[in-house]
Amino acid sequence: MFRFVVRRLLVAGVTLVVISLVTFGLFFAVPSSPAKVMCGKNCTAADIAQVEQRLGIDQPLPRQYAGFVKGIFVGRTYGSGDFRQDCPAPCLGYSFRNNQPVTEIIAQRLPVTFSIVFGGAVLWLVLGISLGMVSALRRGTVFDRTAIGITLAGASMQVYFFGLILLYLLVYATGLLPFPSYTPLTENPGRWAVGLLLPWMTLGFLNSALYARLSRAQMLETLSEDFVRTARAKGLSARQVHTRHALRAAITPIVTIAGLDIGTSLGGTFITETIFGLQGLGKATVEAVQFLNLPVVMATVLLAAVFIVVANIVVDVLYAVIDPRVRLS
Amino acid sequence: MVKLPEPRSGESPYLRVKDLRVRFDTEDGVVRAVDGVSFSVERGRTLGIVGESGSGKSVTSLAILGLHNAKRAAISGEISVGGRQLVGMPEEEVRRLRGRDMAMIFQDPLSALHPYYTVGRQIAEAYRVHHPRAGKREARGRAVDMLGRVGIPQPGKRFDQYPHEFSGGMRQRAMIAMALVNDPDLLIADEPTTALDVTVQAQILDLLEDLQGEFRSAIILITHDLGVVSQVADDVLVMYGGRAVEHGSVEQVLRRPQHPYTWGLLSSVPSLHGDADADLVPIKGNPPSLINLPSGCAFHPRCRYADRNGDRSRTEVPELRPAGEAGHLVACHLPADERTRLYQQDIAQVGVAQ
Amino acid sequence: MTEPLLKVRGLTKHFPVRDGFRARGAVRAVDGLDFDVRPGETLGLVGESGCGKTTTGRMLVRLLDATSGSIEFDGRDITHARRAQLRPLRQDLQIIFQDPYASLNPRHTVGRIVAMPLQVNGINPPGGIKKRVQELLELVGLNPEHYNRYPHEFSGGQRQRIGIARALALRPKLIVADEPVSALDVSIQAQVINLLRDLQRDLDLAFVFIAHDLAVVRHFCHRVAVMYLGKIVEIGDRDDIYQRPQHPYTRALLSAIPDVTTLGPAGRIRLAGDVPTPLNPPSGCRFRTRCWKAQDRCATEEPPLITRDGGGQLTACHFPETGTISQDSGPVGATAEEVSK
Repeated sequence: MFRFVVRRLLVAGVTLVVISLVTFGLFFAVPSSPAKVMCGKNCTAADIAQVEQRLGIDQPLPRQYAGFVKGIFVGRTYGSGDFRQDCPAPCLGYSFRNNQPVTEIIAQRLPVTFSIVFGGAVLWLVLGISLGMVSALRRGTVFDRTAIGITLAGASMQVYFFGLILLYLLVYATGLLPFPSYTPLTENPGRWAVGLLLPWMTLGFLNSALYARLSRAQMLETLSEDFVRTARAKGLSARQVHTRHALRAAITPIVTIAGLDIGTSLGGTFITETIFGLQGLGKATVEAVQFLNLPVVMATVLLAAVFIVVANIVVDVLYAVIDPRVRLS
Repeated sequence: MVKLPEPRSGESPYLRVKDLRVRFDTEDGVVRAVDGVSFSVERGRTLGIVGESGSGKSVTSLAILGLHNAKRAAISGEISVGGRQLVGMPEEEVRRLRGRDMAMIFQDPLSALHPYYTVGRQIAEAYRVHHPRAGKREARGRAVDMLGRVGIPQPGKRFDQYPHEFSGGMRQRAMIAMALVNDPDLLIADEPTTALDVTVQAQILDLLEDLQGEFRSAIILITHDLGVVSQVADDVLVMYGGRAVEHGSVEQVLRRPQHPYTWGLLSSVPSLHGDADADLVPIKGNPPSLINLPSGCAFHPRCRYADRNGDRSRTEVPELRPAGEAGHLVACHLPADERTRLYQQDIAQVGVAQ
Repeated sequence: MTEPLLKVRGLTKHFPVRDGFRARGAVRAVDGLDFDVRPGETLGLVGESGCGKTTTGRMLVRLLDATSGSIEFDGRDITHARRAQLRPLRQDLQIIFQDPYASLNPRHTVGRIVAMPLQVNGINPPGGIKKRVQELLELVGLNPEHYNRYPHEFSGGQRQRIGIARALALRPKLIVADEPVSALDVSIQAQVINLLRDLQRDLDLAFVFIAHDLAVVRHFCHRVAVMYLGKIVEIGDRDDIYQRPQHPYTRALLSAIPDVTTLGPAGRIRLAGDVPTPLNPPSGCRFRTRCWKAQDRCATEEPPLITRDGGGQLTACHFPETGTISQDSGPVGATAEEVSK
């Protein structure tokens, strides 16, 4: 197990390097320059060159990349003399827009996205899996058919559409909920939860539709397995057969998908954040791309990659915990 | 009414199945998977049920254990286990008999064992469900004991291993240990050796026989392999298209078979003995579809002798009737003397039928 | 004596087992096979699971590449022949699979399936492809009018006939048949065995017939090779193998088959345990861990596959059996008493 994790971490490191290289390359392949964007319309070529120099993007690409990597691990220094600016490790640079340290931006934005995804995931897992399992056990009944109908609608709905409907119904029309806002959990847990209820519901309901369908299919497949028949032949009650034997086997692939979904979402839930005006990572990424704000783009893209890679490793480890057949190889 | 073979000892049969019918309603039509089958098995004896795919042999065994989905299968007739009538019994009561009074071994032990739980835990679970007061330690002791009795070396260590760490033969031994952990009076083995290699099959058949001597269970062995039946069965029931076509002692059915289908099976099986260069005599055509069973005798389209009694084979379902010797029953319209003559003439020389 | 059609020498297949990036060893699936198949001859390859018989069959038709050794077919070395070089050869060398359904494309009509080998090889038989396909269907006992039907409309036995018709389309000289009847019902098995026998005789086909069922092999093959853990332990003419088996494993295998002609538990040779893993086969004679005659020598010295009496029956055993098994009646269990538990 230990060797397995070490090996996976090495592979993960290589993956991250490749992703950062590609992002770097792509950024400079774009014809427009961030210096132009910052400098504004009435800029002379000399002004632009000066800005470029200040941002450090006049340097050759490999050197920029080396500086970027060095900043992460040992920190780096920008400018010299009066403009000297020390940036201790892990240094992700400064925003081109407002000179804010990127690490600070991340520190502000990450908790927002984390909170959205956490609540949403709890909702979609609990709701989706239980709905799917119950549907499978009551296959063909009115409950099953209704659930399947609703999940089909849910699975084909878009976040922005559903989110706006919820917003209208629960905030504007009835005033049941306040307009979503982010309050740190440590500050006021109650307001944290109330403020995020709408995004949770949006993410939760839509994803739970997918998870319900997935769980139902998995459960039905497992129920037709030979080992479930064996369990019944032993004289176990239906409840024991379902929970102890069928559910455990059916849930394995769901764990995989859930892990990856959560990992991906942590990189940013842009649409949800935008609809509800929440300052999360997803929004930060998209804004940075619009303004060619390289340091922020690099940081958020890398962070998203880290989440996905880590989620992958967690899923693999979980898999080995659940399924003994995986442990040996 | 069908007369069953009389039990040989004074004891009444532990399992008595009378006019069992199992019907499934499917989108393509009604499937009569089992259509009026009767038989009985005493403790300490083995009944072999022989048939090809779609003969209804596995459906019969699942019906006895009550493992069919009540919503999809309609079951009628009588299934009496140790004097208790199972058809119509509430599920909760059948459940209590399952695994305790009647147990089952399946064809593929790898898929029949749960991949995520240790072998020992699965056996202990089978014990504890019927011994709710037994502690963890007692159940473990019992499971280890059973593993040892089915010939698994180092049972204490094997208890904690997973099914994928067992070889095919060992897995089937573990399945047998699980089935016998509550000392059931009836054991149903559904193709228990089909997935195994031939040398391992021999081990498992020996084991079943030894264990029967020890536990004195009634055993139903379901198989397509006449060779397996000849080794371990006391009585044989031949099924075709959901019906019984021949029933008797193993000696009667395999040595003095009376039904053309049994003849066909015997003459089409390649043997290690006899003339290797002689052609086998196959049964023409294919096993029937249960949705669209041929009229009259279901075997008539494949029977070489169907034309010998005018239209009877096509119009009238033959009943299971005494075939001469005591306890030997056959469902065929051919007159007894003609059957004997045809068998001597056409069949006795080929395949394993000799 | 005619030249062999197929000449196999030292044929070996090792599947490397990796632990991460390093090789941790190899599954020695097939380990140094030597055998010949003459034109029009049927050779049975028998053995239990894991003995390497299927891997061998796949190497013969180049679905797998051999790790070492050579395969000579019709005078040409095909061990490492490339695709283009293989093409003319494919016509002469065909394979039939165990699962008739999985090996037929469900979206193609039977006519198209059987015609495929002709079209791929650009062959236009006299009278056209359709006529040839219908002849083939008739040859394997299918109704030629079913040309336009799909595989799912046929039963298991009929599907296997379709597979056979496809294999015959190019008039091959050798067919590798991998368990062609083991997925079929008993009554259908005999139909297909008889069909293969008739075709073999009428078309003078050579067969490598891979099977686990020794009774089936006895009814089909002229010669038989018994395999155990990747090696041939005994090879010889059918009657020698079945009547005068010299290798203890062959005896055990024959005696383990439950035969209808003997009622009740016959005096069987009971082999203890299962086949060991080919990842780490026993030293010396691979069968020794289950053999009741094994001595110290068997663990240290690998027995060569040699003849005992100057004839064509080769056995790889230090302590071969002698004596005849009666073919007329009775079990093979002459040595049952010697069996170690």
